[in-house]
Amino acid sequence: MKNVEKGWEPRILAFLCNWCSYAGADLTGISRIQYPPNVRIVRVPCSGRVNPYYIIKALQCGWDGVLVSGCHPGDCHYISGNLVARRRFAVLKDLLEYVGIEPARVNFSWVSAAEGGKFASVVTEVVNEVKALGPAKRLVKVRIEWKNLKNR
Amino acid sequence: MEKLEKSLREIAEKLLSEKKVDLIIGYERGTRPLRTTPCFVNKTEDVQKLIWDSSCDNNLAKYVVDRKEKVGVVAKGCDARLIAVCIAENQVPKENVIIIGVPCLGVVDRKKVESKLEEKEILEATIEGEKIKVKGEEFELLLAKNDFLCDSCLTCKHRNPPIQDVLVGEEVPELTEVNEFTEVENLEAMAAEERWNHFNGELSKCIRCYACRSVCPLCYCKTCFVDQSIPTWFGKTNDLSDTMIYHIVRALHVAGRCVDCGACSRVCPVNINLRELMKKIEKIVKERYNFKAGLSLEEAPPLGDFKSEDPQEFIK
Ligand code: SF4
Ligand code: SF4
Ligand code: FES
Repeated sequence: MKNVEKGWEPRILAFLCNWCSYAGADLTGISRIQYPPNVRIVRVPCSGRVNPYYIIKALQCGWDGVLVSGCHPGDCHYISGNLVARRRFAVLKDLLEYVGIEPARVNFSWVSAAEGGKFASVVTEVVNEVKALGPAKRLVKVRIEWKNLKNR
Repeated sequence: MEKLEKSLREIAEKLLSEKKVDLIIGYERGTRPLRTTPCFVNKTEDVQKLIWDSSCDNNLAKYVVDRKEKVGVVAKGCDARLIAVCIAENQVPKENVIIIGVPCLGVVDRKKVESKLEEKEILEATIEGEKIKVKGEEFELLLAKNDFLCDSCLTCKHRNPPIQDVLVGEEVPELTEVNEFTEVENLEAMAAEERWNHFNGELSKCIRCYACRSVCPLCYCKTCFVDQSIPTWFGKTNDLSDTMIYHIVRALHVAGRCVDCGACSRVCPVNINLRELMKKIEKIVKERYNFKAGLSLEEAPPLGDFKSEDPQEFIK
């Protein structure tokens, strides 16, 4: 963990399917199960709604990790949304790893509405792994900051 | 070669005179050495323009998408497979295309010839059997054609068009033993950071001319994601992340469709080896879904499809 500012905490963007993982996350809260507060949740209608662009864009915007979570195979509200998504995510994940993005930054899970405990453990795992990697650098778009230009 | 050219012209003439097609798309001699250019023939007297040799590298599948008239297309193995992909994706009705298959022993990569000659300019070049004769000011060289073939051709496993309506000449032997993924495997063996630096180095050369997109028969979207402005997905800047993303997403978009025709690498003005990305995509799709593109007119691309038993070891 080089160059990590003291007190740095990873920021994880999570896309959760409305019908399962989002309700699962709700259950985690209702059940008072503790999990790291590093995730920001975007509710999507189905894991199949998650375009690979979202994931890549999140990495480009500097999120330290991304999690996409949907219903278990067979349980998708739209029957096969998660099965089509599974192929897309597999190819995306393999390709990102190939170009050199750390695999632990891009995560997928199946969490049902009844699995509050699983949601907490998935998030904990993702946060710990990303913490070990340190802040995202690869693929992050460099912001041109005025204050850095002034001295030129 | 002359025999092949002759029978190609006969086939073209027959298709036109019997009104089976309105147009033949093939190759004619270009104005620069070792260059050919796409040739559109709609009159029988023009079939003499058509040629066939190892400099016919353009991918003519590019011209079938959205055609209203009936066309006959001269197609090497890779071109025929791409036409098949376009038909399977409903970009052109099968009855509008007649695939004139030509068995192919590989096309010459001009860039390899040019780099061999360093700064010397080629003024004249002819391909004679297994040799390429190049001439310039104060030099004349005879090169072995096989040393200058395009990388994709060196590992091509479909030199005979797997799908065609007429075949010009005789089938050629296939390369069954070659490993088409050597380059990818070498990259996979590197550490992640090394790979990142490698792709950074390669892709930072990119000038975003989009020639690779223009040349690819699969890039037929009316509005490409990089041109979309509402919402603007990714920037058009020369920031490295934008360029990397352009290439990553383009590779994703051709997943299960790309046949490694090599056109995108050949066309790149700054010599980026895009094949490193395209071959990886092909390998992923092959290993995960046991799919090879362009071998059927019906099968949907694997990324628009699924099986309940698809591997999901990466899902928590
Ligand atoms: S991506 Fe490149 S190699 Fe693949 S089909 Fe398109 S032009 Fe050919
Ligand atoms: S052809 Fe080469 S330079 Fe042009 S956009 Fe493609 S990779 Fe970049
Ligand atoms: S509805 Fe939850 S993954 Fe499709």
